[in-house]
Amino acid sequence: MMSIQPILEINALSLAAKSKERLVNNVSFSLSKGESLGLVGESGSGKSLTLRAILGLLPNGVEQTGGTIKSDVSSAMVFQDPRGALDPLCMVVNQLAEVVYYRQKVSRKASRMIALELLERLGLPDSLKKKDRYPSQLSGGQCQRVVIALALACKPGILLCDEPTTALDVTVQRQIIETITNLQQELGFAMVFVTHNLAIAANLCSRLCVMKQGQIVEHGATLDILQNPSDPYTQMLIDSVLPLPELEGSRDSWN
Amino acid sequence: MTSGLKRIWNTPSLLVGLIMFAALILLTVFIPYISPYDPSEQNLSAFLQPPSAEHWLGTDQLGRDLFTRLIYAARTDLKIMVLAEIIPFCIGVFLGMLAGYYGKWIDTVITLLSDTLIAFPFYLIVIIVAFASGAGERGIYITFILVGWIVFARVVRGLSASFRNQEWVASAQTLGLPGVKIILRHLLPNVLPQAVVVLMTDMIGLLVAIVTLGYLGIGITPPTPDWGTMISDGQPFITTAWWLSAVPGFAVVYTGIALSLLGDGLADIWRKK
Repeated sequence: MMSIQPILEINALSLAAKSKERLVNNVSFSLSKGESLGLVGESGSGKSLTLRAILGLLPNGVEQTGGTIKSDVSSAMVFQDPRGALDPLCMVVNQLAEVVYYRQKVSRKASRMIALELLERLGLPDSLKKKDRYPSQLSGGQCQRVVIALALACKPGILLCDEPTTALDVTVQRQIIETITNLQQELGFAMVFVTHNLAIAANLCSRLCVMKQGQIVEHGATLDILQNPSDPYTQMLIDSVLPLPELEGSRDSWN
Repeated sequence: MTSGLKRIWNTPSLLVGLIMFAALILLTVFIPYISPYDPSEQNLSAFLQPPSAEHWLGTDQLGRDLFTRLIYAARTDLKIMVLAEIIPFCIGVFLGMLAGYYGKWIDTVITLLSDTLIAFPFYLIVIIVAFASGAGERGIYITFILVGWIVFARVVRGLSASFRNQEWVASAQTLGLPGVKIILRHLLPNVLPQAVVVLMTDMIGLLVAIVTLGYLGIGITPPTPDWGTMISDGQPFITTAWWLSAVPGFAVVYTGIALSLLGDGLADIWRKK
């Protein structure tokens, strides 16, 4: 555990559907400034719900039945499906400028400048400056960069990433993850990264929580968990990561 | 812009609907220059004439030129049709968005209200209002403000509720945009295309209602030309001069086809996008 005072503390969080079905059970973790925590687990294990609970954005019919969420800083979310997370009928620079305008309390003109700077920083093409585009005119990776820009426009203390790379091509996944890592070093936000891809989580996060059926089955430093998994499910996750057999030895020269 | 024109060109239903509707509008605008006759000018020496070069569609029992009256009647009916839809359309879209977006008690109240009002037959309400406020345009406007919004509210409510569950709405909320802003800036553009398609269909129903009321004698009052009164005026002569009733009836059908093709075409074009 880190010794610094946590900026996010979740204590025995329980979520249940209105039909009394338990969805998330007794989940606790904490996050310090600048730290990144990976939440890994299968679909339906309650990872995304936990994130939504942090944002106070539980879907209809789901309630918090116990536990506390304490957070001193603002958080913003990067969604799984980048196209779905953008208004299809609103041009992207406008969409971003609008959020900048409301969150950073600057003038309309300044908000547009800040929006364009943010987009440039995230590696979107310069042509957006001249001609704004609709989300449908951008690629999936570009859309996800816009979504990240939207989240960063809120100047979040914690960036919540809900499987931000799952809907993308593998090559684009890599670029997006590099972008996120660079931005984190630059801006120093903490991050909760939800994924079912252990390889990504292990690369990105210093600590991991393995979730299964609404519960945390294992929790600790990434290296410890990878080296001595105590839960059979964690072992299964580790075994599910496929190496590239023929190229394993010659990887350096191949790059 | 050119791509927009190309899309219209590639959607035959929209193209045909536009041409049909535009032709009608052009006729109503330019009728004073096309026809030498006055719509209410009587000429009792030339009554019930069959179509001829002089009177394209013949004359009615008072010797008035049928074609001229038909187009002037289109002016009246189409004007009421469009004007009567404006307020209900705005109210319906707005209430529908509120109900769909906020849900909970707002949704319950709006749904309850629309379900209650929809239980009354439309014509019953029109007749009551027409008797209370006197026959004429006013009864139609009042009735339509009372019940016309429901169809829009229902469609828009369903759409808004489904958009509400999409991530971009959740995303806009988490990013801290105010609710009013989300509704007007993001929800409205997304529900508007569907609402406009419904508007086209609804206008046909309203036109038929206006004509029916005129026919029954509780709509537009006689000196003003109107398709409904024209149909009922021609009724006694149906065996000798059938076109007196048939032509205004055909005009209603023509407008209905034009509007539904327009609505269909718009729906097509927006779906393709």
